[in-house]
Amino acid sequence: MKIDFEHKQSAHCENGVVSNLMKFNGHQVSEPMVFGIGSGLLFCYIPFIKINYAPLITYRAMAGFIFNRFAKRVGIKIKREKFKDPKKAKERLDENLKHNNPVGLQVGVYNLVYFPDEYRFHFNAHNLVVYGKEDDTYLISDPVMQHVTTLTAKELEKVRYAKGPFAPNGHMYYPISFPETLELETAIRKGIKHTCREMLAPVPIVGAKGVKTVAKLIRKWPKKHGVKKTNHYLGQIVRMQEEIGTGGGGFRYIYAAFLQEASGILSNEELAVLSKEMTQIGDQWRDFALNASRIYKNRSVQEDAYNKVADELEAIGNREANFFNKLKRAI
Amino acid sequence: MKKEEIPQDESFFTEEHGKELYYAVDENGNYTTGLSSGWEAKTIALNNALEAIEERIADAKKRMLENKTSPIEYYMEVCKMEPPVLASYVGIWLWRVKRHFKPSVFKKLSQKTLEKYATAFDITVEQLKNVAP
Repeated sequence: MKIDFEHKQSAHCENGVVSNLMKFNGHQVSEPMVFGIGSGLLFCYIPFIKINYAPLITYRAMAGFIFNRFAKRVGIKIKREKFKDPKKAKERLDENLKHNNPVGLQVGVYNLVYFPDEYRFHFNAHNLVVYGKEDDTYLISDPVMQHVTTLTAKELEKVRYAKGPFAPNGHMYYPISFPETLELETAIRKGIKHTCREMLAPVPIVGAKGVKTVAKLIRKWPKKHGVKKTNHYLGQIVRMQEEIGTGGGGFRYIYAAFLQEASGILSNEELAVLSKEMTQIGDQWRDFALNASRIYKNRSVQEDAYNKVADELEAIGNREANFFNKLKRAI
Repeated sequence: MKKEEIPQDESFFTEEHGKELYYAVDENGNYTTGLSSGWEAKTIALNNALEAIEERIADAKKRMLENKTSPIEYYMEVCKMEPPVLASYVGIWLWRVKRHFKPSVFKKLSQKTLEKYATAFDITVEQLKNVAP
């Protein structure tokens, strides 16, 4: 069976799943809207969790948070289920498909066969939609892919039961009830306020302060860890800036798109101006990524090079602190 | 980023994978989306991570052949895993997994335990026990 589900590509998996599921249920909400209302933008440096032997750095809210906040703020209800038993997980999935209900799944990337091999790491916070089943093959709409794809039942079980940090445990979710009309205005305000609060948090590893902390660390790493490890860590900073599909500072661009759309909905000119500034900040992130990646490509081991990218990052941190203060006042 | 600036560099995304989506502004300053075939910075970063893994695999292999570590560590690296990830795949405590890296301990492992590892690495027990040099 095949559900009449429209696959629309997105820059980030979770926003894309939510946006596409909303559209299926008759509510047009763009990807940036989901990201903004769900307060997806973030910066967080978590030195005590290591991913691929480097500290975890994230530019967005944890998997699941975006949808939860979005749902709460616009007044929809989501059903989430996890299963110890893979058989049960499959049964519930099939049941939903039979009832013409496409569902979102959290999966691990390592065994996602349709990804390029080079992208397949043990990363467990990816999201996709299953919109049908033909014989033993599931029809998959992975929002970061340009086209729809398929996975066999066995392949799907493997990714639903990937192990390690943030293991999905068969996590399945879908919206179950909707209000008459979506109350976007208040939701947007709440979403923006939340993001401002997080980005301005008085904690050294979160938000704008976190960015500056990492900038400081980049200056210290070459002496403390040596060039090789420093380059590896820098690589991680660049890689985490992007989920497949979001270019350097990609999340910043999505946020800028959100502010632009929000400016229209709230008739708030100020947000349009701030959207432009967010685009520039995204460009700065992009330049930083490019310069950082070139350091380890050229293997030019001047300490100056590290200080230079650290300067760039520090400037970004200062600018974001300033930006979110302005945004807080504009809303 | 302007729409015409969306990078079109070479990457690991081939024809069959399609392209990636970016948000960018058009000539009127309005946000829109465009497709990218890849971006230099991203490919370099990814290559760097892959090279690091290759090095780890080669190092584990060397130590395995010198009988300083067990094939479990080698296959763990081949599968891009870290000890905690492997521990959670096989359902064995981390300290025990690390202990299984010792060749002397590895030799005494039961068939059942070996099977758990083989399943996690997607290989046979035979392959796990006899790694071709």
